[in-house]
This record gives sequence, C-alpha cells and structure tokens, in this order.
Amino acid sequence: MKTLLITLTIALASLSALAQGVKVGDKAPDFNLKNVDGKMVALSDYKDAKGAVVIFTCNHCPYAQAYEQRIIDLHKTYAAKGYPVIAINPNDPAVQPQDSYELMQQRAKDKGYSFAYLFDEGQLVYPKYGATKTPHVYLIQKRGADFMVEYIGTIDDNYKDAAAVKEKYLADAIDALIKGDKPTLVNTKAIGCSIKVKK
Amino acid sequence: MKRFVIYMLLVAAVAASCTRGERPTGELAVPIVDYSGLEPYLNKSNDTTYIVNFWATWCTPCVEELPYLEKLSREYSNGPVKVLLVNLDFPKYYDSRLLPFLKEHDITAQVIMLDDSDTNTWINKISPEWQGSIPATVIYRGTKRQFFERAFTYEELVEIVEEF
Repeated sequence: MKTLLITLTIALASLSALAQGVKVGDKAPDFNLKNVDGKMVALSDYKDAKGAVVIFTCNHCPYAQAYEQRIIDLHKTYAAKGYPVIAINPNDPAVQPQDSYELMQQRAKDKGYSFAYLFDEGQLVYPKYGATKTPHVYLIQKRGADFMVEYIGTIDDNYKDAAAVKEKYLADAIDALIKGDKPTLVNTKAIGCSIKVKK
Repeated sequence: MKRFVIYMLLVAAVAASCTRGERPTGELAVPIVDYSGLEPYLNKSNDTTYIVNFWATWCTPCVEELPYLEKLSREYSNGPVKVLLVNLDFPKYYDSRLLPFLKEHDITAQVIMLDDSDTNTWINKISPEWQGSIPATVIYRGTKRQFFERAFTYEELVEIVEEF
C-alpha cells in the first residue's frame, strides 16, 4: 500500500511538472518585474502593443551573447510595428554572479538596449512560461485584454553567424501575425544555457 | 650581418607560421562533425552501454559534471561502458579553449565537437524531449535508450549505468 502511495505521488508530481509552462495557443502569464531603469514593468502595461516578443535571456550565456545584436535589431524593427521585445533574465545571481541586477543594468547601458530588460527576482515567472534555457523566445499576440502565445522557440537557424541565417523563424512568425495570418512554424528548438537555480 | 638578420627573420617567420594554430590536415585529436557525422555514434548496435553527453566549456553545470563522466569512463572501461563527450563550444574556440581545457582536466574519454547550426533539426533527432539546454545526456545500449536534460553526480551515474 505504501509503495502504491509513493508511486502515485511520484506519478502526480511528474504530471504537474509536465503541466508546467505554456504552449502555443495558451494565454501568456502576466508578470510585474523590475526593469534595469528601476521601474516595475508588467505585460499589462503594454496597452498599445499588438503583441510582444518575450525573450528569456541573460548576460553570461554565450548563446545569449551570440544573439544579443539580433535581439537589439528585432526590437528596432518590430517595436514600431507593435511587437516590442521584453527581455527577462531568469537566472539566480547567487548561482551565476554575471547575471546580477547590477550587471544587467551595466550590460543594458553598454549595449544600448532600447527594450525592457527585466529581472525575474525570486524566479517565479520563468516556470509559468516553462522556459528551460537562455535564449528562449515566446512570441505573444494581444487579443482583447489577453496576450496569447503564438510561437515558442529560437530566433533563427544559425546561432553562430547572423549573416549565414537561412530561416528567420521568429521574424517570419511576427510578420505572419502582422499580416493577420498564423505563423506556419510555431515551435522551434535551439541549444541554450540551462536556467541557473540553486540546488 | 645582413645575411644573419635575413636568416633570423626567416626563422621567426617559420616559427610564427607553425605556432599560429593551423591544424594538421590529417586526423584531429578531437574530430569536428555535423549531425550526420554524429549519428553513427548514437546508433551503435552492440553490448556496450554508451553514455553520450552534450556539454561546453562555458557551461558551468557541464564542467562540474565532467569529472564524474571521466571517472565513470575510467572505472567502467571493462563494463562495457563507453563515454562520449559531444562538445558544443563555438568552433572558433577549438584551439584556444577546447583543447587546453581537455588537457587541463586530463580528459581521456572520447571527445568530438559537434558543429551544426541547424539545431531545430538535430535536437529533435537526438530526443523529442530535449528542450535544448545543456548538459544533456543520452544513455543507450542496442535499442534501449534514455534521455536526460540535467546534470548528474557520480553516484547517480553509477546507479543509472548499473541498472541500465
């Protein structure tokens, strides 16, 4: 009996682990996080936006660094079209000191981020999205009062070399939404740095 | 004197060209492969238990796990257990980071570098469960196969290998 209970508990625990996070078609969880300028930023603050590109990213990860300029450029292109970038650092600075709030402020300043770069203090937001790595992109579209998830994955098909990109998965998905269509590809995968949590 | 200076310049030029890190055209100590080159390593049909670990030198949890995989590789070499370390550093750091790292950490397990930017295709081929974070490990023997997107301790690795 005891074994059965333990088995059931484990089964339930793994079920709830599977249920964590959003998938395409789900409502995007709201958040209220501190930006590098010291102000709090919530998804619901983006009242005039048509959607947003929520990117879990950070300072330290080489993949995040490889994509940094492309993220800056995406915001420049798509903020004016109603899809601003909202970057969120999900890492625990106690585990990854390069991803502290102060160093986020420094990086945003040095690289001239024109988008919000938010700190997931207490690491409560990334599990709601189900983010597993940096960078991890969630393209969301506003419908009524809600933001709905339309695309999850990576930015394009070449992390090493922006000039060698053949498939711009994310830009294509945003363009489709702007045209009133659905993205043709809604889930893509890339290597990234695991999100840093205390053991 | 003039001839001596020219001679010394020539010596310096030859020395510089040798130390510039140009790789020999023959077999590399660590082969660089794309996914099609990696695939055979993931599908060997014999009695060996293969532990294929995806890692990079910049990935802290990977680097912490590496000594355990190395230890397993040494202690279970007659297991038969074979550890394969698939490196995901950027290829431009092959000479400056990967090779010095392997030397410094005295890695004797087999290492290959995977250089294939089309991650959206090959990640799912390795495992549909894989979200894309590292470290990640495939353990297989024949057709039995398990995928893990996490880091292990040495005890955990031993337990998995013993029970596999």
